Amino acid sequence: MKPNRGLRTLQYATAYLIAGIGLYPIFLMIFSSFKSNIDILKNPLSLPKSLDFASYELLLDRLPYFQYMGNSAIVSVTSVVLIMCFGALASFYIARYPFRWNGALFFYFLVGMMIPIKLGIVPLFLLMKQLSIINTLWSVILLYTAIGLPLSILILTGFFRTLPKELEEAARLDGCSDVQTLWHIMLPLMRPAMGTVMIINFITAWNDFFFPLIFLQEESKKTIPVGMLTLFGQYSTEWNVLFAGLALSSLPMLVLFLFASKQFMEGMTAGAIK
Amino acid sequence: MNKQTSARRWRFGLIHLFPLPALAIYTLFIVYPILAAFTYSFYDWQGFKRGSWVGLDNFVDLFTREPFNRLFWNALGNNVYYFVLEMVVQNVLAFILAYIVYTRIKGAGFLKAAYFVPRLLSVIVVGFLFKLILNPNNGALNTLLKKVGLASWAKPWLGDPDTALTAIILVNCWFGMGFALLLFLAGLQSISREVIEAARIDGAVGFRLIRTVIMPMMMQSIIIVTVYTFIHAFEAFELVYAMEGSQGEPVNSTDTLAIFFYRVAFGGSGGADSTAVGLGSALAIVMFFIIATMSALFLYLTRNREVQQ
Repeated sequence: MKPNRGLRTLQYATAYLIAGIGLYPIFLMIFSSFKSNIDILKNPLSLPKSLDFASYELLLDRLPYFQYMGNSAIVSVTSVVLIMCFGALASFYIARYPFRWNGALFFYFLVGMMIPIKLGIVPLFLLMKQLSIINTLWSVILLYTAIGLPLSILILTGFFRTLPKELEEAARLDGCSDVQTLWHIMLPLMRPAMGTVMIINFITAWNDFFFPLIFLQEESKKTIPVGMLTLFGQYSTEWNVLFAGLALSSLPMLVLFLFASKQFMEGMTAGAIK
Repeated sequence: MNKQTSARRWRFGLIHLFPLPALAIYTLFIVYPILAAFTYSFYDWQGFKRGSWVGLDNFVDLFTREPFNRLFWNALGNNVYYFVLEMVVQNVLAFILAYIVYTRIKGAGFLKAAYFVPRLLSVIVVGFLFKLILNPNNGALNTLLKKVGLASWAKPWLGDPDTALTAIILVNCWFGMGFALLLFLAGLQSISREVIEAARIDGAVGFRLIRTVIMPMMMQSIIIVTVYTFIHAFEAFELVYAMEGSQGEPVNSTDTLAIFFYRVAFGGSGGADSTAVGLGSALAIVMFFIIATMSALFLYLTRNREVQQ
């Protein structure tokens, strides 16, 4: 593989130039959050003169930001935990037991990946009202769990099928029950697949805007993405505060990505290719 | 012996509880709402109260009554443009860059991560961030254009009906390019290097190598990316909502089916006097069929390919 030098140079230039263009808006967001409002409006492109956290102080002063973040954390963590528990139970059943209806059950779950559930928003809205969980975090938690299950079951079932049957039989002979076999023998081996499921669903739940926009109208129940809407609605002239809000809400994901970029990228593509 | 069989039978019973929680939640929150949406479209609605059965009236309204019919075709056209432009800009670029990364460029790991980073942000954050960047007076883009002497290029990108939708779609390309790239890269890496070497020895080089050897062999990832892009383009909501609001401003030039749907079902505007659940549900069903038919078609194409190989 030796393309000629001119072509190679062109390839390098293209690849790095586009990477630069890709990263620039994120840098802009971060360094603007350390500038004063006037400085941003007058010199949008200049770097901050110092590491000034004043905009962040203003942000926390203006908005119940930690409350948004707490809500986002509760929603994402709970729905991810539910998906992992219920997904593992269902996948274990589908992959490891020879019941006649397992194929149909698996198919029934997989159909969910093709359903654009946003289109069911009106019945969902009325359902949440009927269950009296509208304006509670449970509305989005249960919905994210339902949305995440099909793909997670696909991934976990595929992985369960690759584990050797002998392990399970040995555990049975030693007197393990179904639950014990799943918990003590299978799950520890499932770590890579569980990691993928965790990452995919955490990103979805943390970043989603559409469902909380409709289900969580009350200020104290808002998650970060809907909180951004409040921020931009009420403080649209204070650009330093706006940039601080955007930067702060992206920070958790960016930091996680720094530590586990490979897992993030592999996890998210694994979900699509399957 | 007898005791052991009964113990086993009991276990046999308990195991059937395993899939139940997943089954219940999935049925209640995914399957039921989508089926219910179908039935809603055949009723007359007073706000969120269901009235009498009206047959296909809501569909007839959607396709024949001003302004719904005009708004529908306008939004559909925008969704098609959304899909086409994403295919041309985002996916072609993603393919080229995936190929460059595949040819063992230095810093491939860094490049992949750099391309992927935007995908980590919430779409609403992306929308608001670019609303600031594209601001006509104080935005970074116009300031940059003025600095490099292209002041005449500076525009109110999001305020001009001719550029607003294109600007939004290009922002979407920025967001989604890295993901498409990783899918293409996975497809490229599944082709064995010997096959490519052999083709090269047979005289296939450069663009011909890509077109005649590499692309046919990674058809599956090309189709997956196409399906993703299609579904995504036809569900486009958040980015438009963040950058142009629920009216698809300016003058409906950025209106998409999902924005129109949201406005009809919840907004109490966009032509309807109040919340129009029946009409909104009819629109949802039409969107559902567009997405389902096209995804099925694309997937049918993949299956055909697999049989051929």
